[in-house]
Amino acid sequence: MLILRYIGSTALSLFGYLGELLFLMLESARSIATTPIRWRLTLRQVLEVGFRSQLVVLVTGAFTGAVFAAQTYFQFHRLSMETAVGAVVAVSMFRELGPVLTGLMVAGRVGAAMSAEIGTMKVTEQLDALRAMGVHPVDYLVVPRLIAMVISVPILVGECVGIGIAAGQFVAVQLLGVSEVYYVTYMRKFTALRDLDITLTKGFFFGILIVFVACNEGLKTKEGAVGVGQATTNAVVTGSLIILIVNFFLTMVLNIFFPAGV
Amino acid sequence: MLSVSGLTKTINGQQILRGVDLQVAETETLVIIGRSGSGKSVMLKHLMGLMSPTSGEVHIEGRQIVGLKERQLLPIRKTVGMMFQGCALFDAMTVEENVAFPLYEAGERDRKVILGKVADALDSVDLTGHEQKLPVNLSGGMKKRVALARVIIARPHCILYDEPTAGLDPVVSDSINHLIRRMQKRFGVTSIVVTHDMKCAAHVADKVAFLHEGQIYFYGAFDALMASRDPLIQDFIEGRSGDTD
Repeated sequence: MLILRYIGSTALSLFGYLGELLFLMLESARSIATTPIRWRLTLRQVLEVGFRSQLVVLVTGAFTGAVFAAQTYFQFHRLSMETAVGAVVAVSMFRELGPVLTGLMVAGRVGAAMSAEIGTMKVTEQLDALRAMGVHPVDYLVVPRLIAMVISVPILVGECVGIGIAAGQFVAVQLLGVSEVYYVTYMRKFTALRDLDITLTKGFFFGILIVFVACNEGLKTKEGAVGVGQATTNAVVTGSLIILIVNFFLTMVLNIFFPAGV
Repeated sequence: MLSVSGLTKTINGQQILRGVDLQVAETETLVIIGRSGSGKSVMLKHLMGLMSPTSGEVHIEGRQIVGLKERQLLPIRKTVGMMFQGCALFDAMTVEENVAFPLYEAGERDRKVILGKVADALDSVDLTGHEQKLPVNLSGGMKKRVALARVIIARPHCILYDEPTAGLDPVVSDSINHLIRRMQKRFGVTSIVVTHDMKCAAHVADKVAFLHEGQIYFYGAFDALMASRDPLIQDFIEGRSGDTD
């Protein structure tokens, strides 16, 4: 009985949470359709999200590509398949590692900042002040961030993938002695434009998810500084988990439209 | 201008407002006094549509606002300004940007016009020369003045003040009281002031409502309140808790 009650309450709170996200999405869609977009705020967010996340994303991509190339080489070398390292690194970076790692890093850096900022505004009555001045918080706070993320995250994912592949090539060719000709040939043979489509599509969806999770946590913040801390933690943890879960379903769906293979 | 009838609010099973009826005439200043936790701020938020009542009606300029959706409330709220207890200034913006905010949101883009109106508003609250400061670098009294400048720049028909003198020293409190009176005289706005500061009430009130346990316990002129022999009112005026050492 106790287990059933636990399962029931967990399911209820999960549906409640999904409902909150859906409501925020619908309100944002309505805002985009019916109210002027605040481009100055959006540009500021692009700078905050896109430009200021460059370093963390590039470092993540570079070292992931490098270590992935090294590990792949160590395993494939035993089978004399080291020439395939380039193909494995490139496909993995394009289809999974690039989008997921960028999503996780952005959820940590940007998602946390968003929920903390909006949460602080909530507990210091700045959100009420916005509403009192006839400004809808979704119009002013969520939509500019949404547009900024939709623009920035796919670009960040592209950068992460690019530098990951470059770092992988450097490690495999310069440090581990894989033939550059074979490395590049196999990489080209096993990657195509559809891999770029997948990486950008995932970046697009992850950007949207991060914004809604972070803004929702910020907007429902309660109980002062403790609440802001809780909202920030929730934004990062929930955002990261949702990215990993949605990534699986996106992979399955996108593989139908952009099948892997030569 | 503004009226409330049968307003009740229950939060987490606790009844905060128990059937409040009030009317505020145009250009009148109503002061709502009461002990902490009596429901003053909650009532003010209902007047702005920032909270929804459990039951009852709120009318702003003849329009019933209870039951309206958030987006339907936005244009109505532009006719009513609110000064929050904690000022609620946007901490990432300078004083100038904070005060200019309502104009910018109203669609004004001419920088000269905006700066001119900001200068006027800051002059009205005696705060010229502080345009480029961030809220974090302002004193409590200055923050209240900036908040008031941000309210009056939008030329509302009514201003709601939530504890305008809370946390201020007596001299700064007095200057805020003068400002409230000045705003009422200069712009002819209707004002509702929530406070437990009797000096503030004495200075600005045309009418006083004493809120006790979620109900209007007394309504009338300030002098009538002071002349009341009701022990509850006397205790509040004289600040007697009834506790012993």
